[in-house]
Amino acid sequence: MTTPTTNSPTVNAAEDLETDGPAWIGSALQPVLAILAALVLGGLLIAATDERVMKAASYFFSRPSDTLSAGWSAASAAYQAMFYGAVFNPNGNSFARQIYPFTETLTVATPLILAGLGVAVAFRAGLFNIGAQGQILMGATLAAYVGFTWSMPLPLHLLLVVLAGAIGGGVWGGVVGLLKARTGAHEVILTIMLNYIAVNLLAYLLTRPSFLREGSTNPISPPVAESAQFPLLLGAPFRLHWGFVLAVAATVFVWWLLNRSTTGFELRAVGSNPRAAKTAGINVTKGFVIVMILAGALAGLAGVAQISGTEGSLSAGVAASFGFDAITVALLGRSTPLGTFLAGVLYGGFRAGAVTMQTMTGTNVDIVLVVQSLIVLFIALPPLFTAARGRRSRRDKSKTTRSAGAVKEAQA
Amino acid sequence: MTFRARTMKVSAVLSLSALALAACGEAPEEDGGNAEASDFTGCIVSDEGGFQDRSFNQNSYEGLKAAEEKLGITVQQAESQAETDFTPNLNSMVQNGCDLTVSVGFMLADATKTAAEENPDMHFATVDDNSIQLDNVKPITYNTAEAAFLAGYVAAGSSESGKVATYGGLDIPTVTVFMDGFSDGVDYWNEQKDDDVELLGWDKKAQDGTFVGNFSDTAAAKTTTQNFINEGADVIMPVAGQAATGTADAVVDANADGREDEVTFVWVDADGYDTLSEDQKKYQLTSVLKGLSTSVEDVVTTAAEGEFDNTPYVGTLENGGVGIAEFHDQEDRVGKDVASEVEDIKQKIIDGEIKVESENSPE
Repeated sequence: MTTPTTNSPTVNAAEDLETDGPAWIGSALQPVLAILAALVLGGLLIAATDERVMKAASYFFSRPSDTLSAGWSAASAAYQAMFYGAVFNPNGNSFARQIYPFTETLTVATPLILAGLGVAVAFRAGLFNIGAQGQILMGATLAAYVGFTWSMPLPLHLLLVVLAGAIGGGVWGGVVGLLKARTGAHEVILTIMLNYIAVNLLAYLLTRPSFLREGSTNPISPPVAESAQFPLLLGAPFRLHWGFVLAVAATVFVWWLLNRSTTGFELRAVGSNPRAAKTAGINVTKGFVIVMILAGALAGLAGVAQISGTEGSLSAGVAASFGFDAITVALLGRSTPLGTFLAGVLYGGFRAGAVTMQTMTGTNVDIVLVVQSLIVLFIALPPLFTAARGRRSRRDKSKTTRSAGAVKEAQA
Repeated sequence: MTFRARTMKVSAVLSLSALALAACGEAPEEDGGNAEASDFTGCIVSDEGGFQDRSFNQNSYEGLKAAEEKLGITVQQAESQAETDFTPNLNSMVQNGCDLTVSVGFMLADATKTAAEENPDMHFATVDDNSIQLDNVKPITYNTAEAAFLAGYVAAGSSESGKVATYGGLDIPTVTVFMDGFSDGVDYWNEQKDDDVELLGWDKKAQDGTFVGNFSDTAAAKTTTQNFINEGADVIMPVAGQAATGTADAVVDANADGREDEVTFVWVDADGYDTLSEDQKKYQLTSVLKGLSTSVEDVVTTAAEGEFDNTPYVGTLENGGVGIAEFHDQEDRVGKDVASEVEDIKQKIIDGEIKVESENSPE
């Protein structure tokens, strides 16, 4: 595993995106290529695991065209179904039905964007926050509790639920920042451990009567009050809710914070070189705490998006694997707010499209997971190659144009 | 170096030719489909376990597939990777025009209810949940306590050490209903034979016991089982889905030490004898059967014939929806006496002479 340290390629590349014009192309091109390569490999995998293809492959030499055409049709049908499920469905019997898939993509993207932003800001301060999962769960827990126990009029109740979610996640993240600042404990270990604590704490709470429905022992909380739910953005049947607007607002806020505020400048300074930052008079330990509270609060909002947006009640699986997907979203988005937003929408599309893909073509949903993982692999590989080559011959480094970091050097 | 390179080349050529040989079959004649056509579409949405869980998702899915083979209906399936997939998956089924959608597991209840309310002209069946009362929803549940009662009796009757054990995946009614029945079965044995076989892992009165916390942690299941064996239990019933294979492993290990009184286990949901490995299944005392596959097939068939109704289906010993498996390799240990007593008890439960009561049973 590559642990992004303070001068990791990811963080550097992210810096390039904003500071250097021409390097922008290099760093945006790489994710696009990674996505394309992953889709091609995923297509091969779909073809290879398709039953008709396997059948046709058994007589490959007597009629090879069968295998090839079966493979092509399996992969293209799967991706077409994915497109129908994620972007636009031309077979829909009304305009609403036709654009339903894209709204579904945005719905699924909402928690991914919010949690992805949480991971991204931590990246920018040089912290590898793997704790988004736990932070989402804690945010969701607190938000749900406020949502189903209190009763209040709509705007106030929803506002308190959102606040509760941010606090729940913020505390869970802040603990990490505090421990790191005070004791020097590594944030990777801390966040992993806090993930376990969050999962088990939630499992425990879901056995307590105060968190369960009356007369039931099933581990699922009562539904949150209607006044605690995000209103639908487009009305029924669309699931898209105001949580998406929250995600957009959070993206803008994070952009402002990182690029236009003093705090953001300090955080980035801590991220690129903590010693230099300290020498320059920046309070590094305070930076760690602030950024982790912020990261946790953003992830906590992702929990709110689940509770008040799509799920409506608290259960052990309310966060799905969003906290871990968020890491890849932030990586793919180069830890920039806009990049994370777009990567979140892409992953939301994958998830939404996967549903249609498996019902329409019977393709296993796990293929989507493979494609997502391949993207991360392709993003992580080039910097690794660059590093290896750079070690072999320092002079050759300027020629390795694949890496965004190297592109910057070439420009210089 | 060269030698290694050469061997690699040779093996590469060999494996390539193997691949090529495998691809040398005859091309089949082109022909059209020949399945009987029915315009009925039966759909199924799994919970997180997925359709290869060797447990209730898989059994329900097999029921639907059986109906597909028999009636030539169209089948669509959607596997949920997480709880957040439930609603999108059900929505997708609705949009694809499914006539009947089977949702597997109580976790899907909320999502199914919403989908059923929004689409009153479509039919739904909910496996392991009976919380929805709508005209277009048929609940399918099982009173597994009755079958587990029989297994508890057999376990107590074949225990040498006087200690048997059970544990669950999660503390939820569909799990603890097994443990309640098992507990009652052990008590019934003690009552009848004036014996004092002890049950570890579940206290029916307090509704409290041992759980591994999920249905997938094989390692935790194995440790739990080893602990029970160390405490002296020689029959263990895991109600833990996939994780239960940890118990089978632990039992095989325990018996490998060459102990005199063999340790056995009781499988649940389906007959473990059909799916477990050779060295594991010989230690299976019996299995508590939950007839998911047949009941799903029945419900789909009835619906395909246009006779869908929303009367809840509850699997019992009487209608064959639940039961216990044969004793297979453990027949001698159980003995003819206990085997015939079990038949008697089964009849008595059906007749209502013995009441199996569990607060976790479906109503």
